[in-house]
Amino acid sequence: MQFLSYLISGISLGSVYALIALGYTMVYGIAKMLNFAHGDIIMIGSYVIFFAFGGFGWNPILSVVVSMVVCTILGTVIERVAYRPLREAPSLAVLITAIGVSYLLQQVAQLMWSPDPKSFQSIVAGAGLKPLELFGGKLTISAEAIVTIIACVVIMVALTAFVNHTVPGHAMLAVSEDRGAAQLMGVNVNATIALTFAIGSALAAVAGALLCSSYPTLSPTTGAMPGIKAFVAAVFGGIGSIPGAFLGGVLLGVIENLSKAYISTQLSDAIVFLVLIVVLVVKPTGLLGKKINVKV
Amino acid sequence: MLSRLKTMKKTTRSNLITFGIVIVFYLVVQILSGAGLTTRSFEGQLVPICAYVVLAISLNLTVGFLGELSLGHAGFMSVGAFSGVLLWTLVGDSLPAFVAIPLAFIVGGIVAGIFGVIVGVPVLRLSGDYLAIVTLAFGEIIKNIINALYLGVDENGVHFSLTDANSMGLSADGETLINGAMGITGIKKASTFTIGFVLILITLIVILNLINSRTGRAIMAIRDNEIAAQSVGINLTRFKLTAFVVSAVFAGFAGVLYGLNYSSLVASRFDYNTSIQILVFVVLGGIGSIRGSIIAAALLTVLPEVLRGLQDYRMLIYAIVLIVVMIFNQSPQIIAWRKRIIGRFSSKKGEPEKKEVA
Repeated sequence: MQFLSYLISGISLGSVYALIALGYTMVYGIAKMLNFAHGDIIMIGSYVIFFAFGGFGWNPILSVVVSMVVCTILGTVIERVAYRPLREAPSLAVLITAIGVSYLLQQVAQLMWSPDPKSFQSIVAGAGLKPLELFGGKLTISAEAIVTIIACVVIMVALTAFVNHTVPGHAMLAVSEDRGAAQLMGVNVNATIALTFAIGSALAAVAGALLCSSYPTLSPTTGAMPGIKAFVAAVFGGIGSIPGAFLGGVLLGVIENLSKAYISTQLSDAIVFLVLIVVLVVKPTGLLGKKINVKV
Repeated sequence: MLSRLKTMKKTTRSNLITFGIVIVFYLVVQILSGAGLTTRSFEGQLVPICAYVVLAISLNLTVGFLGELSLGHAGFMSVGAFSGVLLWTLVGDSLPAFVAIPLAFIVGGIVAGIFGVIVGVPVLRLSGDYLAIVTLAFGEIIKNIINALYLGVDENGVHFSLTDANSMGLSADGETLINGAMGITGIKKASTFTIGFVLILITLIVILNLINSRTGRAIMAIRDNEIAAQSVGINLTRFKLTAFVVSAVFAGFAGVLYGLNYSSLVASRFDYNTSIQILVFVVLGGIGSIRGSIIAAALLTVLPEVLRGLQDYRMLIYAIVLIVVMIFNQSPQIIAWRKRIIGRFSSKKGEPEKKEVA
């Protein structure tokens, strides 16, 4: 029974990783860059909810929507100002810029809202949902875990439908396949990349709301570690693949929670990163990724 | 003398200027502190400056000359610091200082080098973003393990544990050397500015010679075009690993210098933020410019101390430095715009284009 409870909270944590990983994997697939600042967008989104819901007492759903809007604007602005000028630059330059943006968001948050952690009020409990008790109270599943898992599955299905069945979705696929050819076929590459950042950032806001509801402390570095782990999840599942992000995220969440429960709390991060290294060395394309051939 | 300076090879002259800057800085600081013109806080910064200069030079070897981004440099610094300081606490009392201190450095460097090989062999099969994230992962793994490490010694030998101090099974008169997240405490300080200065000189001699050697040219060839380098018979793994391990060894040296400067040593000091800080030195100084790394590391360590009000904004400024320097130096549109501006001021036409180091 205890194992089952660890497993379910692992899947719930993994669902958050999967939502974050979606942002990474879409941006990586389409703009071919690692958006280091993605985790910090989550943090900003969580602060927005913290003030809207915890501070002003707004409706939880309205707070999440406001946070999504703020994150979407933030994500597109970052893309426009910091990343677009470097689109043709070497990848090292883009990566260092992304690290700079990530740092900038953390430092701005620290100066505006102080580095002290704040205690986050769960928006799920705020919406009036109660934990689910099974087997006569032997197994309790938190409402946060249920909402997280359902939200993750719904978003995953919606996103897959969007990418495969709409014109902007097809444009995204085309740009990720071959940017130059897509441009020649009349796809607006800049707009498509901006749209990708917008969607990824909106999902980051949702992920932030769910993450902080389950783990209710919020500080300027809240987003950094989940962000990096979500990237591990994206690589694990195969970068560029939407089902891969889901699979990688859930597996990673389960691995992390089980190693926390049965091996060592302090070493659970080390174990998660060890997974990344093993995956990259044994199967660099991830579980569901495509192989990319390097042309001379 | 001057005529010899003119006929010298350009790289030799440039290297001599780099050495000159370091030596002049050392002499000026020594004269000022002899005359009692330096403040205590500035003198406290001298050893960290030397450590950061060595770190920046060694990271520049990976980023600027191998062309790969390593985000785990603090990890190598950490293992170097812990092994060197551990040796120092063990033999510091029994051996004379002029033997024990170099020994601590050698041990720290060797251990960091071994970790460089362990990390480098799997990591260097990757490139670009993947390599960066894996080095970050390794840095975190090293930090987590040292944070959870308990090491003690008693008459039965060495004990260690990854859970807590009691499970080491030390006897009553045993001595705890590394106490988990508390790290090593009660270190006898040994680092001085002169040791730091000598370490910078050694680093410069080794790394500048490496860059200007056959090996260095092979490393840069790999950076510029991996496939072309491979096709002319350059062994990719060997040269990549050479650069990576040399970089790790010097990070280890810097770690020992840093560790011996304080009375306690904790693993959480060497985290991702430290790696980024070193990266900022390299980026601001100019990727691929050793002299730039030295100046940037020294300036960015001293400035926040001098301008007290800036202390809170230090990291914010680092972040802006990273973004602005990258966009200004690497964006194709801005490079073109800069050329137009420069072209307006200089009348010379058809100047050969300088290729930027990526």
